[in-house]
Amino acid sequence: MNALSPGESFEEKAERVTAGGDRPPAVEVLSAEKVFANGTRALSPIDLAITEGEFLTLIGPSGCGKSTLLKLIANLMEPSDGRLLWWRGDFARVGQEGRRFAFVFQEPTLMPWARVDANVRLPLELADMPNAKANPLVADAIARVGLSVFSRHYPRQLSGGMKMRVSIARALVTSPNLLLMDEPFGALDEFTRNKLDNDLVRLWWERKLTTVFVTHSIYEAVFLSTRIVVMAANPGRIFRTMTIDQSQPRDQAFRDSPKFAAYCRELSTWLAKASLPAASGGAS
Amino acid sequence: MKPLLQSEAFVRIAAPVAVGVVLLTLWEIGFRLASVPVYLFPKPSDIFTSFLHNGPSLLRALLATLRVTLQAFAAAIVLGTLIAFMFVQSRAIEVSLFPYAVLLQVTPVVAVAPLVIILVKNTQASLTICATLVALFPIISNTTLGLRSVDPGLANYFRMNRAGRLKTLIKLRIPGALPYFFGGLRISSGLALIGAVVAEFVAGTGGRSSGLAYEILDAGFTLDIPRMFAALFLITLTGVALFAAMVALSRLALSNWHESEIRAET
Repeated sequence: MNALSPGESFEEKAERVTAGGDRPPAVEVLSAEKVFANGTRALSPIDLAITEGEFLTLIGPSGCGKSTLLKLIANLMEPSDGRLLWWRGDFARVGQEGRRFAFVFQEPTLMPWARVDANVRLPLELADMPNAKANPLVADAIARVGLSVFSRHYPRQLSGGMKMRVSIARALVTSPNLLLMDEPFGALDEFTRNKLDNDLVRLWWERKLTTVFVTHSIYEAVFLSTRIVVMAANPGRIFRTMTIDQSQPRDQAFRDSPKFAAYCRELSTWLAKASLPAASGGAS
Repeated sequence: MKPLLQSEAFVRIAAPVAVGVVLLTLWEIGFRLASVPVYLFPKPSDIFTSFLHNGPSLLRALLATLRVTLQAFAAAIVLGTLIAFMFVQSRAIEVSLFPYAVLLQVTPVVAVAPLVIILVKNTQASLTICATLVALFPIISNTTLGLRSVDPGLANYFRMNRAGRLKTLIKLRIPGALPYFFGGLRISSGLALIGAVVAEFVAGTGGRSSGLAYEILDAGFTLDIPRMFAALFLITLTGVALFAAMVALSRLALSNWHESEIRAET
């Protein structure tokens, strides 16, 4: 199923991989693999279709290639073999036709010399948008992450969680169609992380954002995702996918429900299996 | 209103001033009691009297030295920054030219000054060139270091947003390099003065230049030791003033965000 059938083009394969989905795919990963120059096999050939509007989480033991996969999706890296399609086209089409994506890193990566509003305005400035047009968008994005009061502050005056919010506002300000997040809340305490997860799920729902999220946290994955991809290491591959069937938007009540606990148990079982040294491919 | 002695700003100024006053008083009283002759080592009061007598000529000398210093400092800033920009634009340029920048730095200005003074007719220009050579290196090396020390995450972010070279330079590299650049200014301002005085010493008695170094040389020949001290005092004062100006400038530019200028919040 993973390999390209004889005589089959990538476009035909794309049809096959996403067949059955009722929504169009935002990104398709088609037999993409990544081998680094030193011979490390970070990803064995992977097939994955990311549907528009879904919240997809990549989770797995370290070395399973989840960050590599995210970088492939962000076009920060080229696959060694196979290819990726963005909205059924190659990467050049992103940026045209109003298709935009935004990336949120593990660190807030803010400019320390710029105030919060200037930091959020950065992507618009880099796209040469005039200030008059950008300012209302910036104010709106800052308001969405609840930092309006702090828009004239410098990053050093903010807490870790607030800096991460600024980073998210900077991602939202371009109204992206695809939001890629690489363990954005990994460095935060659990309380702050839960709060930001609540906000994120609300923003995702309001904005109909397609999101690909990388995390280490089982609870975070279950709370946020519509679909979870469990990955295994040596070589990096998809071990199992799990759908989280829960109405939107989610809130604390979901976290407290037995359903949530059951999902967490299931996910943690799959993760444990994926982390075994001799883990062989599970049905996905 | 806090009592004066608890005020940080007051103590920072008052304490060194008090030390200075005590030292000057001890110097004055000690040398008076031991009756050290003026031509061996003058007392503060002798130096002060010399100021009053030689005021106009010392001030003229100060202005001459100051002019050379400031011209050289300005030239070093412009040249140093341009060279640093060139270095970060291309690794090849940096690799091929940096050794020569080091060469410039390690060659003593005393050794080069006679050559420059012979080659360049205009005394003022030759002095400025010598002082610039001394002041240049810290600006080049610090600014280059700063322009290179870009937060890799931010650099990645700029790349992802398809920011061009110029935009990355203006919005990312230059602001990030400012703390290093100001560090370079502090060192360089002092070096410009040293370079100016050393070059004046070399050009010295022969030329028509009348900087502070000339005053010191001339005072030495006539054994007018208090005048020598007065000129020395002016050089020191100029150096301190330049340094303080650079500190103030750096505080003005960085106080909002950079760790070096942020005072602990209480």
